[in-house]
Amino acid sequence: MKNALNANALPQPIHTDGRFRWLGEFLDELQKRGATVEERPAVTLAPARLVHAAREDWGRCAQTASLNGCRWAGVWAEDRGDTLLLTACLEKRGDYLLLRTSLPAEAPEVPSQTSYYPAADRPERHTRDLFGVHFTGRIDTRRWLRHQAWREEQYPLQKSFPVMGTPPAETAPDVDYPFLHAHGKSVYEIPVGPVHAGIIEPGHFRFQAVGETVLNLEERLGYVHKGIEKIAEGRTADGLARLAGRVSGDTTVAHAWAACMAMERAAGVEIPSRALALRALFAERERIVNHLWDIGGVCNDVAFTFAYQQFGRLRELWLRNNGRWFGHRLLMDCVVPGGVATDIAAEAASEMLKEAGALRGELEELFGILENNGSLQDRLVTAGALTPQVALALGCLGYVGRASGIAYDLRRDAPYAPYDKLTVSVPCLVQGDVAARVKVRVEEIRVAIDLLERLLIDLPQGAIRVPWTAPAPGAEGLGLVEGWRGEILSFVRFAESGRIDRYYPRDPSVMNWPALEKLILNNIVPDFPVCNKSINGSYSGHDL
Amino acid sequence: MQGILTKIVKVGLITERVKPYTDDELEHTGTALKAHIDRRFAGSLTIRQLDAGSCNGCELEIHALNNAFYDIERFGVHFVASPRHADVLLVTGPVSRHMQVAALRVYTATPDPKWVVAVGTCAADGGEFGVSYASCGAVSNVLPVDAVIPGCPPTPLALLKGLLTLIRRR
Repeated sequence: MKNALNANALPQPIHTDGRFRWLGEFLDELQKRGATVEERPAVTLAPARLVHAAREDWGRCAQTASLNGCRWAGVWAEDRGDTLLLTACLEKRGDYLLLRTSLPAEAPEVPSQTSYYPAADRPERHTRDLFGVHFTGRIDTRRWLRHQAWREEQYPLQKSFPVMGTPPAETAPDVDYPFLHAHGKSVYEIPVGPVHAGIIEPGHFRFQAVGETVLNLEERLGYVHKGIEKIAEGRTADGLARLAGRVSGDTTVAHAWAACMAMERAAGVEIPSRALALRALFAERERIVNHLWDIGGVCNDVAFTFAYQQFGRLRELWLRNNGRWFGHRLLMDCVVPGGVATDIAAEAASEMLKEAGALRGELEELFGILENNGSLQDRLVTAGALTPQVALALGCLGYVGRASGIAYDLRRDAPYAPYDKLTVSVPCLVQGDVAARVKVRVEEIRVAIDLLERLLIDLPQGAIRVPWTAPAPGAEGLGLVEGWRGEILSFVRFAESGRIDRYYPRDPSVMNWPALEKLILNNIVPDFPVCNKSINGSYSGHDL
Repeated sequence: MQGILTKIVKVGLITERVKPYTDDELEHTGTALKAHIDRRFAGSLTIRQLDAGSCNGCELEIHALNNAFYDIERFGVHFVASPRHADVLLVTGPVSRHMQVAALRVYTATPDPKWVVAVGTCAADGGEFGVSYASCGAVSNVLPVDAVIPGCPPTPLALLKGLLTLIRRR
């Protein structure tokens, strides 16, 4: 009863449909633990809600949230002149809570949340490297995103830091990063990358092995850091959508959608229902194409080239159709602020239905072959197993989480239009091995084909774009989209005259990369490629 | 096994055939590429792909060159794992500052004669990312570039044509 009273004392809830039932109790518990917290109205951040906390309570908030079963989904800072705003994103039962605190710019110190949420480890280091926020109580104080392009005491995302910075003519390699070392007679080390042997993005993996068994793996990323957060500042809405579409090229639709959703919420721009359906259609096509490609890739990494060729063929057919119907094979720049840039012709819609039906038929045949191939299954089953406990602790997303018992999908659990009108079934397994991740993705293709057909059949008529109207300076918005890798979170704040003040995209890879370090343990080194491919984290989406 | 064989037979040969004197662009480009590679590189051109900071969009299309439709290997073009085995470096992305030295080392490791092809709009002129505290911008700001294949990303066909242009010029 006390909890209910407390909840009623809060500002008018934005949701009345049974959402955030846990919030009152959570805030009550925080207060009982002596924390100073207060919910603040934040209409444009909806469906998320905003709670301000005193900075000394930052760690306590995380501790209480963790005990209450909240998932930790990200952290980002903003330079607001005299203060730095720090915002963490929590999720429970599809409800998103933003926890915010304000730090004095001259001494931005705040307790770390990493001891309660391991997932916060790298994002806190990212925030420290780019803003100078000092997270106290951390065990690992090493740099993360920063290599040698800027000095330790320089913070590129502080507004006073010029976009050009003061880089040396030739940026030195980051040779003295203190990797964890293993010692012992039979232990040896394998450094891999940043340049890998295939057509792959750059990053470094440091293995410690005994014989062929992996004793430890440490990832070192940040090689493709291109200053995305910095160069977003001062862009127009259109310019930000283009940049968002290049955060991770394989996720161009979902990132552009998340950024546009954040901007549209900040500006209160309602987009036409046909545009929403087309965005979903693009996103499902992106999901299908990437899943096809990765299932083929997993098979290729264990030398089952038949499947690699067959799935590569299907992928190419879909890419060609993307080009034919929408003008771009990867669907870049199709999602724009206010709607979409390209419509679908009536005859293309009927062709697309045929395409979906044809794919369904081929897939059943191919999946049957995969399932019944003993040699293939022998390589995939039990390889790279991620236990549900570890996946939960790390906050794993998308098919990585869903293959390890975390049945979460924004499209079903926190549905945004047009998924609020659709039934999305979410496959979930608990084995957590490479085979389970493949299986989940197979099922996700089936679901995506069903969704595509539903979207095409019920495609609303009307406009595909409304004129963009810039919001007032300071307006902020949060975009949340289920990309093919999982939940994408996108925060946008506007400055004067409709220009971007702050953009932070959190790709699901940020939450999934640490899982690779865990699931590879006790596997053999030659199984690393297939384990890595089954996760397929984005380097670019992580490094920003 | 039966399933695999049945599927292979059913799908048939989908590689887009090399027939001279037709209008189809792939066929024409492919044939011309093969002729030039035969003449200048004794039938074999080896490529090391280097992602120097790309969003990964270009890599997706470079990968497509190896699918059954384009099957670039039949023209004598191979992707190799080591720069020491390469004639051509296919470089994508603006060069991130964190990849600057790695890119230079890959270039040094590639034996002469060698050619650098900047692939994609970012590699050509910095694209959406330009030059900043984190990005060196165009590949030509870091390495001597012999040819540019623009596009965001370039299509597989544009990649084939770009390679052909490079070989013709040499």
